[in-house]
Amino acid sequence: MSYRITGSTGEWEIVVGLEVHAQVVSEAKLFSGASAEYGGEPNTHVSLVDAGFPGMLPVLNQECVAQAVRTGLGLEAEINLFSRFDRKNYFYADLPTGYQISQFAHPIIGKGKVLVDLADGSTREIGVTRLHLEQDAGKSIHDQDPTRSFIDLNRAGVALMEIVSEPDIRSPEEAGAYLRKLRQILRYIGTCDGNMEEGSMRADVNVSVRKPGETEYRTRCEIKNVNSIRFVMMAIEVEAQRQIEVWEAGGTVDQETRLFDHVRSETRSLRSKEDAHDYRYFPDPDLLPLVIEQSWVDELKAALPELPEAKRARLEAEYGVSRYESSVLCVEQAIADFYETVARGADARLAANWMLGDFFAALNRTGRSIEDSPVSAEGLRELLGLISNSTINGKIAKEVLEDMVETGDSASAIVERKGLRQVTDTGAIESAIRDILAANTDKVEEYKSGKDKLFGFFVGQTMKAMKGKGNPALVNETLKKLLSE
Amino acid sequence: MSLDAKTVTRIARLARIGLRPEEVETLGQDMGSIIDWVEQLKEVDVTGVDPMIGTGLAKPRLREDRVTDGDCRDKVLANAPEREGPFFTVPKVVE
Repeated sequence: MSYRITGSTGEWEIVVGLEVHAQVVSEAKLFSGASAEYGGEPNTHVSLVDAGFPGMLPVLNQECVAQAVRTGLGLEAEINLFSRFDRKNYFYADLPTGYQISQFAHPIIGKGKVLVDLADGSTREIGVTRLHLEQDAGKSIHDQDPTRSFIDLNRAGVALMEIVSEPDIRSPEEAGAYLRKLRQILRYIGTCDGNMEEGSMRADVNVSVRKPGETEYRTRCEIKNVNSIRFVMMAIEVEAQRQIEVWEAGGTVDQETRLFDHVRSETRSLRSKEDAHDYRYFPDPDLLPLVIEQSWVDELKAALPELPEAKRARLEAEYGVSRYESSVLCVEQAIADFYETVARGADARLAANWMLGDFFAALNRTGRSIEDSPVSAEGLRELLGLISNSTINGKIAKEVLEDMVETGDSASAIVERKGLRQVTDTGAIESAIRDILAANTDKVEEYKSGKDKLFGFFVGQTMKAMKGKGNPALVNETLKKLLSE
Repeated sequence: MSLDAKTVTRIARLARIGLRPEEVETLGQDMGSIIDWVEQLKEVDVTGVDPMIGTGLAKPRLREDRVTDGDCRDKVLANAPEREGPFFTVPKVVE
């Protein structure tokens, strides 16, 4: 079902393209030897190159190039063996050189794609137009002084990948799914940590609207620097609504840059039109064109980790998990690794159930992540083994898991300590049931006269009497037998 | 050929250079003659020739991904027209 917004003149379709700025994971900056680490005392991760001192020359960081190529491979994109750096000229206090070194005419990565899963179970392909390398700017701090802005250049010159999507996105949900998937791929490959709070990933959102069936795009607006997936989705909705109102009032949408204000839930014009930027791109004379070898690209490709789509397909084939389960298990590599450690040597379907259910619940409850899980993968596997070999039943296993989280003891140690071993002795089960039936003769009469629902009551009473340790299948079987006597 | 006043003013604005009206006039003429001179290049037929960026004789030198620089705040801030503690300061810029 296509996403539509209903205006006073009927339905509208939205058209969205995203430009994502992803900070490259590297030790040093794109063109200097200063640290690219987040944070640090103000203006300490700065070299004279970053500060734009006269005569300082940029030297390209090879690892940043490798990271861009790896990302391109992860997006199944064209890798351009020839690319080039251009200067994008503008004046701003946190840009010491007066230009940003970027790749305009010849980006390192060309057309690629991202597959996204939607809530209705369908899959959509969102095109990637290009990916290029560029420098980040410094940081302006406006709230320290009434008349002055403070400038910290620690981020100036840190490598960014700008990843531009095709205008293929048709709903806020698709935009969210695209960003989540992109972040997942970047994190798998290790080229960007995807941390939106620290600004490692930000998005510029291009929005336009049109009537369903129109083949041309109408004028778009660009919403700058949105720093969470939720805000991207909100900004699209709010901006589309605004544009529809403009068109329906007989006006025209101006192409402009806007800002999303999540508190007031509105977008505002950011720059007046006469001040529109003219960046006067030209090739940076300080840098030779970048030429890379196909053999190097092949080496990088061979060393890539398994990517999310491939991992999902493999988990489904190898362990029989569902499409939904594979999506949850593959959100992060660490979760998938944990699952595989549990599933190898346990019932793989049972392992998926337990991970998605009680295990994640325990992580949430304790506020822990998979990396510092209170229960190890081996520990969970042992617990599941005890269920599979009928040492304990599923209900008791939940209690054991809680104890494992609490005490850190192993599953078998807890079962021994608490005496939770399942009772499979038919004699013991039968005698427990006989006691229950004897104490509830009235209910037995009702059951026999047709009140079938009471069967659950007898099961419950029996399990209670046996402190939950009865083998459920045997309890059922024995109850049926004795009740029909 | 002389560049018109509007174009000169726009270029000056992009370069953040303030011009007096009489300067707009003379600069328009100067820039016009520079452009005319460079226009001579158009006489050469470059159909099918890629723009030349560098000589193609050398490949760029690449650096290893190691931290070898930075931690020189005093040098970085030494020429700052204004500073406050560890920061450069500039007249307030808020969009």
